[in-house]
Formats: sequence, structure tokens, C-alpha cells
Amino acid sequence: MGIKSPLITLMPNKTFFWFFLPTGLAMILFIGLPIISTGIQSFYAQHDQVVKEVKKCDPFGCTVSIVVDQEKTSKIREEKPLGKFNGFGTYVDRNHLAIEEIGKFWNETNSFGEFVDQVTNLPFYKALIFTLTYCLFVTPNVLLLGFIIALSLNAVTRRIRGPLIFGTILPMIVTPLVGSLVLFWMIDAEGIIGANLQMLMDDPYLSLKSSKTLTWITIIIYGIWHHSPFAFVVFYAALQTVPQEPVEAAIIDGASRWQRVRHIVLPHIYPVVTFVALISLMDNFRVFEPIIGFSAEGSAQSLSWLIYDNLVNEEVILFGSAAATSMMTIVGIAILLAPVLIRTWKEFRTAR
Amino acid sequence: MRETNMKKILISLLFLLFGTSVYADCNIKSGSINILANDFPALRTFVETAKGCKGSADFKVTHSSEHNKIAVPALTANPSEFSARIAANSSIVPLMNQDLIRPLDDLVKKYGKGIQDSQLITIDGKIMAVAFMANTQHLYYREDVLKELGIAIPKTYEEVVAASEKIRASGKMQYPYAAAYKAGWNLAEEFVNMYIGHGGEFFKAGTAQPSINNAKGVATLNMLKKLAGLSNPDYLTHDSEAIKVEWESGNVALMTLWASRSGTLLDDDGDAKITAATKLTGPATVAGGNIPAATLWWDGFTLAKNRSDADAEATFRALAHAAANKKMVADAADQAVWLIEGFKPGPKSIGVIEAVKMKAKPYPMLPQMGLMHGALGSEIVEFLQGKESAEQALKDVEAAYMSKAKEQGFL
Repeated sequence: MGIKSPLITLMPNKTFFWFFLPTGLAMILFIGLPIISTGIQSFYAQHDQVVKEVKKCDPFGCTVSIVVDQEKTSKIREEKPLGKFNGFGTYVDRNHLAIEEIGKFWNETNSFGEFVDQVTNLPFYKALIFTLTYCLFVTPNVLLLGFIIALSLNAVTRRIRGPLIFGTILPMIVTPLVGSLVLFWMIDAEGIIGANLQMLMDDPYLSLKSSKTLTWITIIIYGIWHHSPFAFVVFYAALQTVPQEPVEAAIIDGASRWQRVRHIVLPHIYPVVTFVALISLMDNFRVFEPIIGFSAEGSAQSLSWLIYDNLVNEEVILFGSAAATSMMTIVGIAILLAPVLIRTWKEFRTAR
Repeated sequence: MRETNMKKILISLLFLLFGTSVYADCNIKSGSINILANDFPALRTFVETAKGCKGSADFKVTHSSEHNKIAVPALTANPSEFSARIAANSSIVPLMNQDLIRPLDDLVKKYGKGIQDSQLITIDGKIMAVAFMANTQHLYYREDVLKELGIAIPKTYEEVVAASEKIRASGKMQYPYAAAYKAGWNLAEEFVNMYIGHGGEFFKAGTAQPSINNAKGVATLNMLKKLAGLSNPDYLTHDSEAIKVEWESGNVALMTLWASRSGTLLDDDGDAKITAATKLTGPATVAGGNIPAATLWWDGFTLAKNRSDADAEATFRALAHAAANKKMVADAADQAVWLIEGFKPGPKSIGVIEAVKMKAKPYPMLPQMGLMHGALGSEIVEFLQGKESAEQALKDVEAAYMSKAKEQGFL
């Protein structure tokens, strides 16, 4: 069973090639080449800075201090504009994989707990843990919630379905940054949710923004709220293709609602579930906007946020660092998707 | 029509009387001017004044609080997007590091009439920027609250802590202190101020090796944590704008904030009672030191290197007109502490004037300082949250800085 696209099964390879060519070219140009360029960038670091001592004067007085010697530096830069070849140097340094530091921690720490504490204190692993936690909590909940909403909406009378569907996909229509900012103000100690929570818990010091755990929970709940409509829309569309005969037959056989969902609906829309899970995982691994929207940099950093931080938060742009983290994010997504992809591929092979 | 003619005649008369000596030459015939600047009232006034002298040149301006993120990429392009960038002590450094701004000596000689020598930022004997205003972070206090509880105006951070505790104990305010502790740039800036107040040095003399993991660094962190404990628990999300709102809602009685924000705090918007009781004083010292736990900042203009000489000339003439403009300084006396001749400091300038008197240090203009600032902004957060020790936090800062500095070729 399952939905098979008639277009793909019937299309000869040659037609498919011409059909895909424009998309393929655009993908190479706008996705492939930038990734290659980022990859190359990640292997380079800046040239050694040649500095010299000079006198600096400003309205508050004069001091002797150092500046970058432009004459000497510009010569080196012109010869090798990419910078100094660094190999995997940036990948393994303390702000990324921190191989050396982890080795040191392993030797120096007394207990495994202490070792884990030290490792999770490193920026890359800190970000990785938040990213994975976010993915693992948001993805299944999005699937579940999306499916439940789709089932419920499919059951209500057709007359009110339109407005209900519109209301349900609203979180997806709202720009992520705006959505998170709205929630950010609502959970403020003086916002509607924050103040009511304080009353409810009878704790005037309760702040959703100051505690790390509560910040994580807030971001995860926001993520579920924002992504569920996507799952809902796809599931809802898939539900329309469920054949009515077996459902009716099941009803006559006395199957409960749950049994019908479990044995008829779910197997039918299973390929779509895989698809939504894939897209969701990919999206969630790149979580970024809510961190900015919630000003949560202090408590929650994701891999995407690290890239952003390297590119804009410093007065000096760390291209090498940002490129290395980007490449590792791509690898991370590939690893995360591998099980699902392998399974889909196997099913595809057996189906043929 | 007649009125405008009269105005023109009057202005021409004024020019005849004072023009040559007071105003920079404004007869700009060609070129295109495009300015990148931060966004606060004084800078808007400054750029507006420059615009008044644009003549027939093309004039554009981008005011953005995200100016730091745009500056380097925009000025790296050739020709660069902007012909001028309004920079400060810290933001001129990346421009210098990448060789993106041009020396101004010729232009100052030719068109810089009225600009005072003290306004010139010279590096290695070359004029790289022309400063026009000064800024610092200093204390603001609520006169009514302090008076009612019989608290003297705090002069040190120890006194700020004691005063805040007393206010909290009185039940008047739960979180009496505020400062911009938002994780990232703001928090790092608070560390820099407090560390300098303790007499600390960021690097081993003459090198780019960090040296903050010491007793002064620990004392700095402990003081920041004490102050954070007296602030709204959401302090890690509060930037200057957020604490300004806290102040205007009457939740705070003592605050460390930029001098350039005093104008908006003391304007007619908001609760008149709070505005009337809002008073300014110099920056506090800490740990018995005599220099304030604050840094001095200048704002000034720089010209892009990757732009034609004609554009640079037009831009310089317009900006120099503003940077030596006695009328602007008189009209906008309460917007900033202008470094321009003829400025008469008003009550809103107390903070900066006091800071200069107390010999506050300028923010360190070192090529690698931005990397240190960035490392501080993210690595001391966990200490404030109580998740790690001060020593560990400082060790983390140094390690994070070292990796970045290696990548940038400073180590």
C-alpha cells in the first residue's frame, strides 16, 4: 500500500532528466557551490598578524599601543588571499571538537560525571546538546500533535473546517522571529503568562527567562507550536486519500476508532509520516530564530547560533570558525537522517 | 517665498560675520556621501547637521543599531557601500585591522577649519578619525527613594550594593539595581568596566596573551554577581533599552547606563514624578580603587578607503561642517557631551565630565580586544547563573579567546 507518485513511476529516465535539469542547476549554483566554498574556507585561518608599537592619541590622551602593520600584512594577504592553510586545525580547536581538551579532561578528571561536566562546558558540545535535545523533543511531538489535529479536523463537519484549518496553520504563517518575540513578551515576569504563572505557583521570584531548564522548555514548546501546522497540513492532505471501503468494512466488523486508526489509517499514510519526520528533523537541527527571539543566548546555544555568533557577534568576523561549524552541522544532519534514509531506500528497493 | 528669501539673506549675513572662522566650507559641488552610523539621538543630530551642508552632493545615511555587523563587509567591498562610518574606540579597530579607512591629514588641513586638535584621533602620527562626542557608563539614581531611606549617593560599587540591599529590605523595590547584563556584548562591556576599575590588565604587556585569570578577575566576577543578584532575575536578557524601560516603570532606583541615553530618560515621555527624581552622578569606583569602573568612549567619523577621492572629499567637508558646528552644539547641548568647541556642559553631561575628572580610562583600542570582548560575553554567563566557579569561568574565557586569536593569527 502507500501513496506512490504516478508521475515518478511512469516517467522515463530521459524525461525525468529534462524535467529535473533547471532545479538541478539552480541547486548546484545556489546550494552546491556555496557549500564547497564554505568547505574550502573552513580549512584556512588568518595569516599571522604583524603588529607594531605606535603612539595613539584621542580626546582622552596619548598612549603607546599596538596596531596591525598594514604594509607587511597587505603583502602577505595579496600573495595568499585565502589565508594560512590550517587543515583540520579549526575543526579540532577548543571552540569546536576540542580533541586535545577532551583528552586532557579524560586524564585529569576523577569521575565520569566530572568528565561529562567538563566536556559539556565546551561551546561546541554545549550547543550540540541543546540542538539534539531540541530535535528529540520537538520532532516526535510535532508528528504526534500534527496527526491528532489532522484526525480531529478530519472528523468535524465540513462547514467549520475552513476557518479551523486557517486558525491551525496560523503559527506557521507567523514569522518565527515575530512568533517568538510575542511569546517572549508574554512570558516576561510582567507579561500575561509570566505574571499568572507567578500567581499560580505562589512564587514572586519565578522567572521563565532566568532559569536554564525553563528557557529550554519554553523554546521547545515554542518549537512544537511553530512546527505542528506543517505536520498537520501534510497529514490532513494524506488523510483525504485514505480509501473509505476498508474503513467502512472495519466499522461493520466492530473495530474501535483507535483500531481503525492503528490498522488502516496509519499504514496508509506511513510514507508521509517518514517524509514529515525527515523534514522536521532537518529543520529542528538548524534551530536558530527562537534563540534570538527569546534573547536566550545565555542559556541556550545551538549550532546555527554558533555560526551566527562567529559571523556577527565579534567585531572581527571568524570565517574559518563559522565555516567549520557549518560543515559539521551538515554532517550532523546527514548522521541524523541516515537511519530514516537507509530505511526508505531499502523499502524502495524491495518495492521494486 | 519672501520669508525664505529673508532667511537666506540672514544666513548669508551670518556666514559673512562668522562663516569663515566658525563653519567648515560648505560649497560642495559634486560627489556622493553615504554614511553608516549607530542609532541614537545625538548621532541623528550630527548627521542631520552634516546633511545641511551637502550642497549638490548625493546624500544618504543608514542609522542602525546593528552597525557593527554591517561595517566590515560593507567597507571591504570596492567601491565600498559607505563613504563614511561613524565609529567609536572599539569599532575603529576592525577597520584599522583590515586597512579599510583612509588617513585624513590632507583633508583636515584643507577643510578642517574649526576642528580642535583634541578632536583628532591620531594613530602612528596619522589622523584616522575626527571625534565629536564622548560617552561613558555611569550611575543614575532616584533622588526620592534614596532621600526617603536616608541613603547617601553611592560613590563605590560596594556602596551601590549596600544601598540596593537597604532598598530591597525596605520593601519598596524587589530589584533595585539595573545594568545592561544581556549575554554577549553588553555583559562583556560590564566586565571590562569592572575589571578596569579593579586595575586589571587584559593582556600580558606587549603581547596578545590573555591575563585575566587572576585575583582581580575573580573579584570582578564576584562584584558582577552581587549586582546581578540585586537586579531583575531576567538580567541576562536585558540590554540598555530594556533597563531604560525598567527605570521608567519605576522598578529600579540605582542603575549603570550609558550617558548618551540620559536624554531619553529625562525627556517629557513617561511618569513625570520618576523623571523629576532621576538624577545623574559619576561612575562608581570599586575595591578601593581611585579610577572609576567605567571606560571612556569617543564617537567620531572615519572615511572609507575603498571609495573615490572625490567622494571622500565631499563626505569629509559635510561631516567636518558638523564636527565644528557651534550652533549644533548649542542647540543639542543636552543630547551628548560634545567634544566640539563652544560646548557648555549641562546637567545631563555630569556623568561623562565626572568620569574624565576621575581619570577614567578609555576603552582599550587594541587589535585583539574584540576577540576578548566576544569570549567574555559568552563564557562568564554560567558563573553568573551559579553553574561554575569564577576561576573556571575565567579559564574558559582565556581558552575561548586563545582559539579565536590563533585562528585570527594574533597568537
